[in-house]
Amino acid sequence: MSEIPLTNILFLSTGLFFIGVYGLFTRRNMITMLMSVELMLNSVNINFVAFNKYLYPEKLDGIFFSIFIITIAAAEAAVAIAIIINLYRSHHSIDVEDASEMKY
Amino acid sequence: MSHPIYIALIPLIPLACFLILGLFGRKYFSNSAGIIGTLGLLTSTLLSLSTAYEYLFVSGKVNGVFQKIEVVKFTWLQFSPGVSIDLGLLIDPITVMMLVVVSFVSLMVHLFSLGYMKGETRFATYYAFLGLFTFSMLGLVLSSNIFQIYLFWELVGVSSFLLIGFYFEKPSAVAASKKAFIVTRFADLGFLIGILVLSFYSHTLDFGVLIERLTTSGSPYLTAINAASFLGVSALTWGLLLVFMGGAGKSAMFPLHIWLPDAMEGPTPVSALIHAATMVVAGVFLVARLFPVFALSDPAALNVVMYTGAFSAFFAAVIACTQTDIKRVLAYSTMSQIGYMMFALGVSKYNGEDGLGYMGSMFHLFTHAFFKSLLFLGAGAVIHMVHSNEMKDMGGLRKLMPITHISFLIACLAIAGIPPFSGFFSKEEILMASFESNKLIYAVALLTSGLTAFYMFRLYYSIFWSKPADAHHHGHHGEGTLSMKIPLILLAILAVVAGFVPIASWITADGTAIHSSIPITFSILPVTLAVAGILLATRLFKTSNELPERIAIQMGGLYKAASRKFYIDEVYLFVTKKVLFNLIGRPAAWFDTNIVDGFMNLLAKLTASLSELIKGYQSGKVQDYALYFFGGIAGLIIAFIYLWK
Repeated sequence: MSEIPLTNILFLSTGLFFIGVYGLFTRRNMITMLMSVELMLNSVNINFVAFNKYLYPEKLDGIFFSIFIITIAAAEAAVAIAIIINLYRSHHSIDVEDASEMKY
Repeated sequence: MSHPIYIALIPLIPLACFLILGLFGRKYFSNSAGIIGTLGLLTSTLLSLSTAYEYLFVSGKVNGVFQKIEVVKFTWLQFSPGVSIDLGLLIDPITVMMLVVVSFVSLMVHLFSLGYMKGETRFATYYAFLGLFTFSMLGLVLSSNIFQIYLFWELVGVSSFLLIGFYFEKPSAVAASKKAFIVTRFADLGFLIGILVLSFYSHTLDFGVLIERLTTSGSPYLTAINAASFLGVSALTWGLLLVFMGGAGKSAMFPLHIWLPDAMEGPTPVSALIHAATMVVAGVFLVARLFPVFALSDPAALNVVMYTGAFSAFFAAVIACTQTDIKRVLAYSTMSQIGYMMFALGVSKYNGEDGLGYMGSMFHLFTHAFFKSLLFLGAGAVIHMVHSNEMKDMGGLRKLMPITHISFLIACLAIAGIPPFSGFFSKEEILMASFESNKLIYAVALLTSGLTAFYMFRLYYSIFWSKPADAHHHGHHGEGTLSMKIPLILLAILAVVAGFVPIASWITADGTAIHSSIPITFSILPVTLAVAGILLATRLFKTSNELPERIAIQMGGLYKAASRKFYIDEVYLFVTKKVLFNLIGRPAAWFDTNIVDGFMNLLAKLTASLSELIKGYQSGKVQDYALYFFGGIAGLIIAFIYLWK
């Protein structure tokens, strides 16, 4: 079984990251935006794991880091969903365009 | 010496009355305010009398010379070890005399007002103001340093302002109170500068120390203040003249007298208290307080006092002959009598028998307080009866108001200087002093005393004779309540006997008694002139006739000018409205609106347009913010990668 080169994995993660960025900027639905943020986080996770495996196989730092990120992503999702629920209660919508009162 | 607490209580009781009546009067004491104020003042008066007795007969004299005693002294504001403003109570002969005069006249006015002001909606407020005034005036005479006297001086001004404007529904009263306040404030500006000049060179504010330092010949302070000069006049003269300017403003000396006649808009008892007996003599008191400095170190400044006083005395007497508002006649006569006191100080010397003028001035202050407040209270009773200030609405009142009539007559005789009424004695001292020192002043004084007799009896006849008694249909109420009659009677008695008080052995410039007596031959001329004035007034005004009209027409321009008060008011209006407003006020206003405000407006406009420009970035949309965020991060990354070296 031939090794998959590191660059391929980096292309994958970069692609995943910008798909996330695109989703964050174009979607108006907050759930979708949350999903986009998760995509971006996961692309970072892939980077960590890949660099750990290819460059320093004897160490585990990158893997630990990705575990931390998964944990934090879970907490962040909980906070984000709480915000979304509150937004829905007050605005009867989870469209971010509807919640733009806080302006000049 | 009696306990300091008792002396401190003399001004503090009226202050307490002011606070109680001012804060709670309208709610709880709307009827009893007068009683409370009067009882408080009665206590103060008794304390003043006992203090005066203590001082004059028991403790004041050491080796035959009256001492200045500082009974209370504490440091109020300490700026640096050498510079502090103290508060204290100073007792000396003029202070005890003023204490008695102020508290007694104030008591009479409180009592009189019980009837006069009855039924006013702001009855309690009126008594509160009276309390404030009495407190300030008593504090003024007790002040032990020149800065403290300035504080009370301003307080007196404020309470005068409040009382003149008591009927604030009347536009004329409002205008009069403003005028009084502004004119006296203007004069007080001079006073303040004078205080600063004197205290700067003498390094103290305390009266005793200041006088000592500025009168001891050869003291470094005196040398310094004489050496410094401005426009060719020494700093000492400037200081004293500026202090005198403050005094002239309060005492209505020419040319700062214009507020006094207008101040008659206030309730009449107030005029009796403030604008006749007490506040207006504050200027005389101030000059008397600093008299050693004037007399020993700076005769030039004293000459200014003398000429100002003499001119004011004569000038006011002439105007008084032509006025028809009875209170204005009295106002000008007050100004004239205060002019007497001023020039009496001016002609005086410091030592021993030469201090006759000083003594005469204080004596006249003392007697004048009684007969002038009596005249005002009498006028108040008349006004209360006929509801008018104009002479033409009066006449023939002698049957309707017998007590007022008799007491008014006594006061007129006293002010005219007919023996044995009190004014005679004090006026003789002043005339004697001026005769000995300056013949010109003596001539003016003599002429003024004749004029005084004339215009006072013009007033007297116009009120009480002139018309038959039944000309009045408004006799629907009698002469006034008992509380209005008692002060008249008491003051009338004092107007008769006050001349026998031995002021000469108590109040002198250097504290030693004066023993000289005035030869009876000297009195002949002034008394003859006074009698001539009275007879002339009798001829002209006792019965209604055409003669005064004819004389007025013959006098032509002079009469008109005098009745228009020699156009002084118009001159002031011209100077302020035409000259000051146009030359200084308008450019200053233009500068303020266009330059100062313009700069601020420019700043505000710049800020506003800038924020208008960038406010779109705060759109309220989360995704915009996220975009800025990513843009910022991207920018930083580029900066770090390509620009960080």
